[in-house]
This record gives sequence, C-alpha cells and structure tokens, in this order.
Amino acid sequence: MSSAQALTGYILRLGDNALILGQRMLELVAAHPELEEELANANFALDYIGQARLFYTYAAEREGAGRSEDDMAYLRAEQEFRNLLLVEQPNGHFGDTIVRQVLFDAYYLLLLGALALCSDERLAEIAARAEKEVRYHLRHSSQWLVRLGDGTEESHRKVQRSLDDLWRYTGEMFAADELDDTLRMSFDGPDLETMASQWLTNITAIVDEATLTLPQQTGMARGGKQGIHTEHLGYLIAEMQYLRRAYPGVTW
Amino acid sequence: MVSIMELGIVRDVQCGDGVVVSLSPTYSGCPATEAIEANVIAALEDRGVADVTIKRVLSPPWTTDWISDAGREKLQKYGIAPPERGGSKQALLHGQRCIPCPQCDSENTEVVSEFGSTACKASYRCKDCLEPFEYFKCI
Repeated sequence: MSSAQALTGYILRLGDNALILGQRMLELVAAHPELEEELANANFALDYIGQARLFYTYAAEREGAGRSEDDMAYLRAEQEFRNLLLVEQPNGHFGDTIVRQVLFDAYYLLLLGALALCSDERLAEIAARAEKEVRYHLRHSSQWLVRLGDGTEESHRKVQRSLDDLWRYTGEMFAADELDDTLRMSFDGPDLETMASQWLTNITAIVDEATLTLPQQTGMARGGKQGIHTEHLGYLIAEMQYLRRAYPGVTW
Repeated sequence: MVSIMELGIVRDVQCGDGVVVSLSPTYSGCPATEAIEANVIAALEDRGVADVTIKRVLSPPWTTDWISDAGREKLQKYGIAPPERGGSKQALLHGQRCIPCPQCDSENTEVVSEFGSTACKASYRCKDCLEPFEYFKCI
C-alpha cells in the first residue's frame, strides 16, 4: 500500500469513528434523562456528524472512484467500517454513555491536536476545526464523570462498573497499525505511544477526582481498526443504513 | 439581522469570469452551513451573476474573535449576548464568564444550560429582569 493510499484509509477511519459515535449519540435524542443533557448530546452529535462528513468527503476525493460522503456512510458493509470498538459500544445507562465519552474524548482531543500539526494540509485543517469543538465535549463528559463518581453510592457503583467494563476497549486506541505508522513516518502524524501515556495521565486525574478506581485490567480487545467488530455494530449499521438501502436514490 | 460579513464567515471574494466566494463553517456540524451557501448563491444570481462558486475554507478555523463590533452590537440588540472577546482559549478551558444581560445590562446573570437551541449558544437567565437569553459561546 502506498503512503497516499494509507492516508486515504486513515482519513476514512477517522470518518468512521465520528459517524459511528455520532450515530450512537443520535439514538439518545429524546431519550436523555434531562433537558440540558438533551441539548448537550444533540449539539455534540451534530459536531461528530459534521466531522464525519468532512473526513468522508476528503477520503472520497482522494480515492477518486466517484464515491460520495453518503456512499461512505450508507453503502459500506460492516467489515468495511474501521472504527474503534469503543465507539460502537451501546449507550447503556447514562453512566455507561458518559464513561465511553470520557475515554474517547480524552483520546480524540489529543489525536486532533497532533493531527492539526501533520503535513497533510487538509487533514490538519479539519483536525484544527474539530479540536476546538472536542474541548467542549471533554469538558462536559469529564465533569459528569466527576459528579457520578463522587455522587451517591449508587452512581459511584454503577459508573465504576462502566469504567471496568469499557476499559478493555481503550488499548486499541493506541495500538499502532500500518496506517498509524504511515501517518507518523510519512506525514508527521502522532506517536501513539507518547499519546497513550499522556492520555493515561489525563484519565487518571479525572478518575481520581471522581473518587473512582482505575481498572488494572491489561487484556485489551482489538479488531475494530481491521474491520472485525463486536456484535453491536451490525445492528447499528442496519438501522443507520436501512432507509438508504431500501429506497435507492432517495432524496429529501 | 447580523450578516455573514459581520460574523466573519465570508473569508474572500474573487471576481473573474465567475465569482468565487470563500466561506468558513463555524462548527463542523453547523446545520446552517448549506443554507448560508445556498443564500449566497441565490443573492448573487439575483444580481445577475451566473457563475458562482462557493469555496469552503477551513484554515485557519473560524473563531468568534472574528465577529465584528457591528455584529456584536446587532446580536445584543437581537437579544443574544455576544461572545467575549479574545476569551476563546480561556473560556474553553476555564469556563469562567460574567455575561451581561442583553435586555437590561445587569451582570447578575446565571447560566441555565451550557447548551442552547444551537451548537454555538448557551442558555442564560438574568436574575434582575428575570428574562432568559442566549449567549454566543466563544470558540
């Protein structure tokens, strides 16, 4: 694979993370525990879908096969999606959602900061635009984790369980594969090892403030980046793509 | 109302055989982006310009610091508290704000929700005149 092709694949993967997480958040519209969270969630989901569109449009242009952003989102099969396993995990209860968001937001903010400095101008631009938005996301999710962890006995217990259950999906974020290596070596992209330790420092600070315990588990789930997903993605994709596939050529 | 010039969304206009207008989206997912682009094309076509191209410019990323003084005044008159100046980084990281009420100018206001009707605004309440208002967040 050429480095140009690797970059295209990398950008497509960024689009997949944004789209799948955006789709998960959209499932919560009109289903959140209170009004402020409804607004927050809807606004954040918009940011993610917007970012997905920017990434997909760029990847489609680079690919040069005549595909559009919609084709990327609606006409690819499950194993063609290269999102992290973390973002496809179900919303569960509010604590599960918040923990998933914190773990991903802390990573995504560091990633975008690094990509804003990479040598591909367009990727750097999209990353710089997105980074400003994701700062608000992390602020929101981390503040909630503190409230839930340092909350009642019930909220503390539930969110500790969420953290313990989702921890196994965090390793994949920093496990560099061929695309990550190409970004780093050919496009001044991030060093995932350095990022992993920065992420752990930041997460530890939030977890400590939330009076929670950092999971010690080291066994990590992998596969999302290679298109091998948990059982959850199939259902998400089916719901997301149904309308487009059932009515080819449909427009508003 | 506030114009896209006053919001700092229009980055450049090039007139040649056709007209190329460079616009910046405010947020990645701003739902008004396409509407704004369509309105720009329509406005120019109404004035007899047949060949209009919109260029989306992402770099440097749009910031509320680009909203002009006139734009801020118009937001205020409309009832939306304009974003703090030069406070982008501070606001994002520390979130300490003192936002005067656009109706009565009182600084005795409180945030009701960090997220309002759109991605770019927060919901506030004035404790003096008791009117709710929205605040255009710094980014």
